Parts: sequence; structure tokens; C-alpha cells
Amino acid sequence: MIKDFEYSAPGTLDEALSLISQYGEDGKIIAGGQSLLLLMRRKLVAPRYLVDIKGISSLDYINISENGDLNIGALTTHRAIETSREIQQKFRILSEMEENIAAVENRNWGSIGGNLCHADPVGDPSPVLVALNARLEIVSVRGERTVAVEDFARDRFYVNLAHDEILTEIQVPCPAPRTGSKYTKFSILEGSFALASVAMSVTLNAKSDICDDVRIALGAVNSTAMRAREAEEVLIGKEITDELLEKAGEVASGEADPIGDMRASAAYRKELVKVLVKRVGKEALLRAGKDSWEGSSAKSDGKVALLGRR
Amino acid sequence: MKRELKITVNGDLYELYVDPGMLLVEVLRDRLGLTGTKRGCNSMSCGVCTVILDGKAVKSCTILALQANGKNVTTIEGMANGSKLHPIQQSFIDHWAFQCGFCTSGQIMAAKALLDENPNPTREEIKHTMNGHLCRCTGYNMIIEAILDAANRLQEEVK
Repeated sequence: MIKDFEYSAPGTLDEALSLISQYGEDGKIIAGGQSLLLLMRRKLVAPRYLVDIKGISSLDYINISENGDLNIGALTTHRAIETSREIQQKFRILSEMEENIAAVENRNWGSIGGNLCHADPVGDPSPVLVALNARLEIVSVRGERTVAVEDFARDRFYVNLAHDEILTEIQVPCPAPRTGSKYTKFSILEGSFALASVAMSVTLNAKSDICDDVRIALGAVNSTAMRAREAEEVLIGKEITDELLEKAGEVASGEADPIGDMRASAAYRKELVKVLVKRVGKEALLRAGKDSWEGSSAKSDGKVALLGRR
Repeated sequence: MKRELKITVNGDLYELYVDPGMLLVEVLRDRLGLTGTKRGCNSMSCGVCTVILDGKAVKSCTILALQANGKNVTTIEGMANGSKLHPIQQSFIDHWAFQCGFCTSGQIMAAKALLDENPNPTREEIKHTMNGHLCRCTGYNMIIEAILDAANRLQEEVK
């Protein structure tokens, strides 16, 4: 049984915004609650007022515009993103990431916006959205603003969101031509928390296989998802080879600052980053349209073979 | 302050007043007496509390009862038709897919949601969909066999 609170379930975003601006620090928003209710049950969070926005259907949508930008309403469930044909075709990295979040029961109820606002450092959407250079739309009675996903999580379980603000939309720009992206998390069991994860989006030059741009995001190895900027520098402007990816992995591993806990030591997580950057990088390059991969054993799947994962 | 909750469970409409902090599993078990849905880890790790909410499998330990207001819930008690077991239930018996039975109602509800959505799943699809369910008795293989067989039985019924 959870500590008592006052509950409201506004039907519209405007009503929700006006309620949370009245409640200030005493209020808390719940969407699917797949993270928040665990914290409330353990009395780590005990709001006086709980504003349930799960039923606000205007924040539940997936929309790809004519120019190819993707907009996802914050209350869209993980499962809806996972099973969206359009996302599977045009933003494959997102649907692949979603299908390995927790269990289908959690994905049926939990929302992408709730996941981002919870800001668990082992969360899967953050590193992927950082690699895709996504932005978030945030609304309050005072107005609206956007923030890069990269700048949203400030620390573990702490985000750049005032008490009167609601995250309303995730905005993913259309990838440039010859861009490929890939995400892999390493976990002991399918669907469980990442010990380390890497998302990479790489853009190749129109006329050659030179890497024009790359974004590498690491998950579960810092207090928030982080860019591996030095590793990106290793790759930009060059034709990416096995050796270069190896180097990028080593550099990224040096940038990672993981904790050690019951699941894995810090040293092991750093080692995982080194390996994952290489694997993820190869797959991202193939998806970007790099014709061949010298020394590649044609394992384009790029998934981690562990304990019979699919 | 207690709030009104209107909820349809296994086809019956219930109207009751609940504390906002009450979870769906608590309402089902403690207020409606539907104890087929089990309480296990209480932290959405084990799957024994799985019910079907408006057609989707969810974990009732991590949903506020009030979030199910106005919705339709199916629990294990809603599976059999009188004394005739649902094909998934019969298949679990025939394949020895449970021993102690504690995880079974959650497993069956998850299997029901899976087969409603995908009537002919592969073994891999079953494994992936059922990965949120722990069973300490069977070693899982019999559960997978039971679901594969249930899919056949359900398709036979349709014919």
C-alpha cells in the first residue's frame, strides 16, 4: 500500500498544467508509473498531490512529417513505438531499442516520456535519442521551450524540468542521407537493465566512405547518458577502418565513468564500452551504406550473442 | 480521500470507493475477492500479477487502481467458460506447464494476450513475449510447449 495522496486525472493538457502550477513542489506527475510507483511504494517519493496524465490522449501520437522528421507524443507507449511500421522502416534503431525494454507488460503501459523524465542512468531511450540528436518540447503555463535530450538529464533521476512543466513531445530530426544508426545494450537477461550500452549514428560523405559526422552515446556508464565526444573526434573526417573503430572504442572507454555494483564492476563496464563501440560502429556503417567491410565476418546482425538472446 | 472507481472485471461492472494509493492488484484481490491474480515481487519483475487491461497484458502490481477507471479487466477467473477450461488452461494442464501453480495465472494471461494479438507465434516470439514471467518449477520449456499447443487448439476452434 502506497502512502496516501490526493489524486486527480485531468482530461486535457491545459488542466494538467494549471494543476501542477498550483501544487508546485508538493505535486508530482504520473504517466504509466512503471518507474514512479516503485519509488512511491518504497517511500522514496511521497507526493501530496498526484496528477495522472496517462489519459490525456492528445499526447499519444507518432507522426512523421513530409520532410522526414519524427514527432512522438510523450505519452506514447513503448509498445506503440516498437510496433509502429513507420518507425520500424525509417527509425529502425528506435523500434529495436524498444523491443528490449523490460517486458511487454511494462511496454504496454509505460510511456517514452515517463521513461525520460525518470532519468534512470541505465534507461535505454536516452542514449538512442542522444545519438539521433533529438529534442524535447516542454510546456508550462508560462510558455514552452525545447531542450536537447543530451541536456535534459542532469544527474541520475534528476532532469531539467521545473515543477510546473510537462514534457509533451520528443522530436527526432530526419537523418541526413547516408546515415546509419545502431543501438546495443549488454544485459545479463533479455529485457533487463543494461550493464553498458552504446548508440551510434554515423553519416558518410555522399561521394566517398569518409565519415562526415558521427554521434556516439553511452548508456549505463555515467550518471546520465553521455556523448563520447573524444571518440567521435577519432572518427570524423576519416574513412573508418577496423583499427580506427578499435581506437574509438578505447577512447570511449576512457571517457566512460561507470560505477561498480552487484551487476558488474566498473572495469568490466569500461571493457564492455570498448567492445560495443566496435560492434555497434560496424553495423551503423553498414546501415549507412558502406559497401563492404574488410575483415568483416558478415555478422551484420551486430547483436550480442549471450544466453540465447534473439 | 477515497475516490470512486468504476471497473469492469470479467464482464461484471463494479463500482466502489478506493484510496488513491491502492494498486490494481490490491483492488482485484482484497476488494473484489478475485485471488487468482497473485501478488509476487510487487516490483514488476516476476509477472505473477499479470492481467489483461483493455486488451493488453499489464502488471497489476504497478498500476494504480484508479488508472483502470472505466476500463475492462480480464483476470484468470474470466478464462473458463463455466466448467469448461479455456484452451490455454487445458493446454497448460496437458503439458505439465506448472507444478506449484503460483506463476500460472500470470503466465496464462500473458499467453492469452499474446495469442489474441498473434495467433500463430514462433517459439522465439513466445520466449521473447514471456520473458517477464518467472517460474521456479518447470524450467520454462513446458510452458512454451503449452502455448504452442494452445495456439493450435485455438485455431482448430476457429475452423
